[in-house]
Amino acid sequence: MKRLILGLVLCLFWAPVGAVQPDEMLDDPQLEERAREISGGLRCLVCRNESIDDSNAELARDMRLLVRERLVEGDSNEEVVQFIVDRYGEYVLLQPKATGANLVLWLAGPMMLLVGAGIGWTYLRRRSQVEEGPKDVLSQHEAERLREIMKD
Amino acid sequence: MIIEFGHFALILAFLVACVQAIVPLVGAHRRWPGWMAVAAPAANVQFLLTAASFAALTYAFVMSDFSVRLVTINSHTDKPLLYKITGVWGNHEGSMLLWVLIVTLFGAFAAWFGGNLPPTLKARVLSVQAMVGVAFFAFILFTSNPFLRMQVPPFDGQDLNPLLQDPGLAFHPPFLYLGYVGLSMTFSFAVAALIEGRVDAAWGRWVRPYTLAAWIFLTIGIGLGSWWAYYELGWGGFWFWDPVENASFMPWLIAVALLHSAIVVEKRESLKSWTILLAIIAFGFSMIGAFITRSGVLTSVHAFATDPERGMFLLMITAVFMLGGLTLFAARANVLQAKGVFSVVSRESFLVANNVLLAVSAFVVFVGTIWPLVSEMLFDRKLSVGAPFFNMAFTPFMVALGLLLPVGAMLPWKRGALSKAIRPLRLVFVLSVAIGVLAWAMQTGRSGLGPVGLFLAAWLVSGAAVDLWSRTGRGENRLGRLARLPRADWGKAVAHAGFGITIAGVAAMMAWKTEDIRVVQEGESFELSGFTLVLEDVQEVQGPNYVSTMGQVSLSRDGTEIATLYPEKRFYPVARMPTTEAALDIGFWRDVYVVIGDPQSNGGWAVRTYYKPLANWIWGGSILMALGGALSLSDRRYRIAAGARKTPTVAGGVPAE
Repeated sequence: MKRLILGLVLCLFWAPVGAVQPDEMLDDPQLEERAREISGGLRCLVCRNESIDDSNAELARDMRLLVRERLVEGDSNEEVVQFIVDRYGEYVLLQPKATGANLVLWLAGPMMLLVGAGIGWTYLRRRSQVEEGPKDVLSQHEAERLREIMKD
Repeated sequence: MIIEFGHFALILAFLVACVQAIVPLVGAHRRWPGWMAVAAPAANVQFLLTAASFAALTYAFVMSDFSVRLVTINSHTDKPLLYKITGVWGNHEGSMLLWVLIVTLFGAFAAWFGGNLPPTLKARVLSVQAMVGVAFFAFILFTSNPFLRMQVPPFDGQDLNPLLQDPGLAFHPPFLYLGYVGLSMTFSFAVAALIEGRVDAAWGRWVRPYTLAAWIFLTIGIGLGSWWAYYELGWGGFWFWDPVENASFMPWLIAVALLHSAIVVEKRESLKSWTILLAIIAFGFSMIGAFITRSGVLTSVHAFATDPERGMFLLMITAVFMLGGLTLFAARANVLQAKGVFSVVSRESFLVANNVLLAVSAFVVFVGTIWPLVSEMLFDRKLSVGAPFFNMAFTPFMVALGLLLPVGAMLPWKRGALSKAIRPLRLVFVLSVAIGVLAWAMQTGRSGLGPVGLFLAAWLVSGAAVDLWSRTGRGENRLGRLARLPRADWGKAVAHAGFGITIAGVAAMMAWKTEDIRVVQEGESFELSGFTLVLEDVQEVQGPNYVSTMGQVSLSRDGTEIATLYPEKRFYPVARMPTTEAALDIGFWRDVYVVIGDPQSNGGWAVRTYYKPLANWIWGGSILMALGGALSLSDRRYRIAAGARKTPTVAGGVPAE
């Protein structure tokens, strides 16, 4: 617990400078690029909404090193991510998997767009078909006021 | 003594707000002019009292009165005067006082410039605004009182978070609050209109300046916050999809939708109930934003007051206002009759599409923000929703919006022909596609982000220009007419172009930024995207309330010196907190961003360098959007509608329901 709090404090307040250190980087530029790509999608567990790629926490550094270790071992990107998820849980994924209840999250936007487009379309169709309504229900006094207000 | 005076003024303001919430509402219902007339002076008194209270707290901060608990925790005698003042709202209690000050300020505005409103509407608007005030006064007085005293005042304070000692962040909260709270005014107008049972063109025109002002402030506030994150947090990110950022972004999106639907109400007397609903939801999102920030439910770097009691109180306020507003809406929306008739191809229908896209995109952000909470509570699945999700789920909406915008802006009201609207745009469309293709051909990767972004940007900017030019008619002296176009037309074009510029900046920066991380010895040089950088020197420097490790980096290209940069790492001994001050060479086309890190065991320094193409376009575009809003706001039509001219109201002149 103490370590977690310390990590949190470091993360929040030591946030600057941080992230990937020169001594962590792999010599093979292609592997390094893959490592960066993977770590951009993994969350630093003791931080608030930061990927391990951006974070300066000790734990994030450990995780970055772990990612690189697996890559050097010859794992594919998916295998590395799976390895990390197996150890740290689904919580590390910044992009949640589209499985189970998470489908609600992923489909919320498209479904709502369909609903919105449907309502919008019905509304437009109705507006284009109705007759022009009763011309004006304003009293003469109100009509004058309205004219004055709307005068350009 | 002054502190007690401020405390007392706050309590009095609370009582005045209670009176203002009840008396004018009853008066409007019973048609008692005397009771309705209470609203305006009460709004003034409420504002003056709150301002006095705020001034008292500011005085305590400036004088470093450490007998006040809040000052002790958040200030220090060594702090520069500017940050003593901004420290007033750099904490939970003070920022809530600023919040409620702005609530009363908007109320007072409606009292000063609402002379043109029908008396019943004005009374009701001010009454609802006072209800909002009552809720937040109670919140401050019962859970977050800034005027509490210390039993034993200490010799010195505990400083303000050094991250907050920065002009970008110092002025970010006031702007955001002006925006959030500005939306309370549209909420008050919406609820008042529901009680009145009528929404007409005039209502659309009255409510628009408040929406515009709120939106302008939100735009500036969000822009400042993002700019601050860019240069201060040390790796040049500008948007993190953090819950707290989302909390400000959702009301912004809804405010954009509201701005556009209010135009339809004003010009065509349609979309009335939708506009009312948006006005209610917009303020709802503002309060959810306050709740997210203050309760710590979705904690993040910004949550400076993690306290369940306050969270519950805010949740109650949000629930009461939303349930109240929505119930009233459900009961009364049917009396709002749409009048305008328009065909499927018309400005109105494109504005409907605009509203659908914006509202759904805000919904996506909302779902993504609260999903971790929902998932943990309902499904016992602890997970994160971060930037990759939002980038993927949100971006398509903005692309669709950008594609439709120039066409919709050219279409006439009521009934239009697509072919006629598109004709003047054909040339710029081809030009924009060409720019996109060129970007595609010149880049090395296969990412579509950059080319699509540049295409959209060119399409939006040139579309706005064509729209403006087409308004000058035909024949002689089109330039002269261009200059004399109504400010609202200019505002529209400038804001839409600004949207394009921001898209260009975001896309280019995300697609084409490069970075370099390495150990550099003093005197050593390295290359980045065609630039040569040399770490000349690293020194210890003593600042006013910090010590700094300052590097000196010279930047050159093809042998010509461009700039000398001084990246710093600071340590604030009082707060025991280090910060990074990145050094930027800011240019029109690119920024070069240098950060100095830790000394290495084998000599040399960790140095990270970023090349950020079109970085400043992000904030340049935001400034243009805000400027467009300001131009629109200064259009004389709104000045007149705001009530420069007063017509005497006869006793029987109260509009019938």
